[in-house]
Amino acid sequence: MRTAFINELIRQARLNPRLFLVVGDLGFSVVEPFAKEFPGRYLNAGVAEQNMTSVAAGLASEGYHVFTYSIANFPTLRCLEQIRNDVCYHNLPVTVVAVGAGLAYGNAGYTHHGVQDLAVMRTLPNITVLSPADPGETIGCMRNLCESPRPSYLRLGKAGERPLHDTTGVERGPLAIKPARSRLALAATGSIAAVALDAAREIKNRFGMEIAVYSCPWLKPVTQEFFKPLWEHACLLTLEEHVGAGGFGELLRALQPGSCRIMSLSVREENAGLVGSQEFLRASSGLSVEAVVESARELLV
Amino acid sequence: MTSGTQALATSIRANTLRMVNRARTSHVGGGLSMADLLAVLYGEILRVFPGTPLHPERDRVILSKGHACAAFYSALAIKGFFPMEELEQFGRDAARLMSHTSHKVPGVEVSTGSLGHGLGIGCGKALAAKRQNGRWRVYVILSDGELDEGSNWEAILFAPQHRLDNLVAIVDFNKIQSFGVVSEVLELQPLAEKFRAFRWSVREVDGHDHGALKQALGATPWEPGKPSCLIAHTIKGKGVGFMENQLLWHYRPPDAEQLGNALAQLGCDR
Repeated sequence: MRTAFINELIRQARLNPRLFLVVGDLGFSVVEPFAKEFPGRYLNAGVAEQNMTSVAAGLASEGYHVFTYSIANFPTLRCLEQIRNDVCYHNLPVTVVAVGAGLAYGNAGYTHHGVQDLAVMRTLPNITVLSPADPGETIGCMRNLCESPRPSYLRLGKAGERPLHDTTGVERGPLAIKPARSRLALAATGSIAAVALDAAREIKNRFGMEIAVYSCPWLKPVTQEFFKPLWEHACLLTLEEHVGAGGFGELLRALQPGSCRIMSLSVREENAGLVGSQEFLRASSGLSVEAVVESARELLV
Repeated sequence: MTSGTQALATSIRANTLRMVNRARTSHVGGGLSMADLLAVLYGEILRVFPGTPLHPERDRVILSKGHACAAFYSALAIKGFFPMEELEQFGRDAARLMSHTSHKVPGVEVSTGSLGHGLGIGCGKALAAKRQNGRWRVYVILSDGELDEGSNWEAILFAPQHRLDNLVAIVDFNKIQSFGVVSEVLELQPLAEKFRAFRWSVREVDGHDHGALKQALGATPWEPGKPSCLIAHTIKGKGVGFMENQLLWHYRPPDAEQLGNALAQLGCDR
């Protein structure tokens, strides 16, 4: 996903002389091509995310669309007030990019687990919050943001996420990566959508049932109407690599029209501090394919 | 030569006192301490266009110590960025002039209030000028207590690294912060040496000496390739005897009698 991001940023920067990339001393083997091609619009701000974000706001106030780039919590929680005041309150075109959100840096430890960011970023004024599932959605998000620069948060996975579908436009609503007129649907945000898709295939194999799967990269601004395709299912099982509080499932529960039953799978708070691979940590919170199949089966009976 | 800025400083002080009295707001002491600084900046140094506040060639001013905005708004109104009558709306419900600096006011670049934001934004603006070959300058006014915030020191590292000699940081060093004397809370001294160690060009002046302020601010950058830091040694509450060097006036607005007394000391009417 990070490769898709930088390639699209480079493509856009060739078209738009106002694009600017600021990194927080991270991006090894990712951002170098941008830095080489656009030295006048690239900056390594050092390990100083508060200043990185304020500098980005300053640059944006003078006409640039600035992307700040770092990993997990560093470009969000570490400099939250700079995002809140300097960027969002002034309605400046700064896109905060977090790479390795969720549990992608699983064995790096709790400091690197980005599992509270959506809850926090969603509360900020003027911000667009995007959480793509695969490289295609990442490109879709980038095109939307570059077309209309504004305060925004782009929550990315890390590397090697497989393409799940052909994206038709992230701004239109939930993306049906496996359409079906099923009573139960799976809905996910971010790279965990791949687990939802695999679980649906497993349910088809085991039980012969077609289950719809949606990827929901667009998380703010949203309305009840925006998620209308989801409400056509009687029951939703949501997946997110984020704690339940303030997350994707909670967002849908707040918006749902009343006819839809929603069960949510999220990172369990009691797992804070648990370290291991992304797969291990997902499984520990009931977010493995097997666990999702089991949760879905319970909802189906 | 500086009589014009002296009159301007007096007017800034008088309006500041009237505003905080009327609105029952705080921070009059830190407004009075930087009144001379504002008078010299707006009277003789800055390139600003009150009729076209967002003129691309304007110098950018960021009041990072946003709590002292009554004095800042006074200076802007006197310069003609908005009508003087609007100062009477200061702190009222739904007013444009709230009691921390708002970017919705003509002449204001950035909203501040939470400390430690202005210098980083100023670095971004100064960097933009460098990258776009802009000739304008960026002036950031900081408080002393504000320098407790670590984010400032990130920016202080950043500015010389990128040779931002179009950036001027001005510290209103009045020696009293929110809940005590600076030297007793978190000592900043030796402050000039700190900035020099971070590769800034530094000068220290009496922040109430208009000639010294004009001489220093009129000659930036003092060293090509380096950002400039002017440490202005000031007196909190300067100009009103009973407010000078008193922590109380970080919080208390003057009542009617105190306002009359203060304005009399300045030689002004109510």
